[in-house]
Amino acid sequence: MNEIGLTHILVISTLLFFIGVYGFLTRRNMIIMLMAIELILNSVNINFVAFNKYIYSGKLDGLFFTLFITAIAAAEAAVAIAIIINLYRNYKSIDINDADSMKY
Amino acid sequence: MSASTIIFYILSAIIVGGGLLAVTARKIFRAAVFLLFSLIGIAGLYFYMNYEFLGAVQIVVYVGGIIVLIIFSILLTAESGSDMKKPALSRILFSALATIFACALTLWLIKQHTFHVNESTIIEPSVRNIGRQMLSTTEHGYILPFEVVSILLLAAMIGCIVIAIKIKPKT
Repeated sequence: MNEIGLTHILVISTLLFFIGVYGFLTRRNMIIMLMAIELILNSVNINFVAFNKYIYSGKLDGLFFTLFITAIAAAEAAVAIAIIINLYRNYKSIDINDADSMKY
Repeated sequence: MSASTIIFYILSAIIVGGGLLAVTARKIFRAAVFLLFSLIGIAGLYFYMNYEFLGAVQIVVYVGGIIVLIIFSILLTAESGSDMKKPALSRILFSALATIFACALTLWLIKQHTFHVNESTIIEPSVRNIGRQMLSTTEHGYILPFEVVSILLLAAMIGCIVIAIKIKPKT
């Protein structure tokens, strides 16, 4: 068994990214779709940190990108949950197919 | 097989298994708890790579903030005990096919590519170095994005209040 390197961590983040994409495509519940987006953002964060550690170890830029992505993800989750609560008040449902009043 | 390798495989099993169960669970509350496990596993992966500050941030922001927010919103909206609607079989089939092929392509590319290590110097990702570069106003400082992100968070906070506020009807 060889040493854990960059490739191992990239494989983990790839699997996590496509799990998030699968959840985003299949589920129609808005909160679950939000969770899938969080998984995708986290896999990107893992990639940034792994490249920073194993390739560009003389810089800290990947770490700062991860910090800012985390901050923006927090803001995005807060706004998304406010929108979901507002939609639930109007439609009594958080299924994305029920929010179709702009469709016709 | 060293202890470090075993710890890495345990962490990756927690991350991938938690994520997979989070997007396939039938009960929404369980999905939130599996997502919690996955995010804790990612924090463990940061600790494994010696990025202690980032692991702490991951735990504080995601586990302490976003998961709590998601659980609050589940309690406010969905019936957390009941099963969710099962997605249509064709949707599951085509989504799984698309993601499996894309995943296989990406994994193949990762396996083919050889990564070249560019630098020999190592900057320790300690809190001291992070803070100095984050607040420095020189060429490689991050003071401007830091301030912009603070304005973004303020705007998001006010926007949340405006969107989610309940306006009482007159009379």
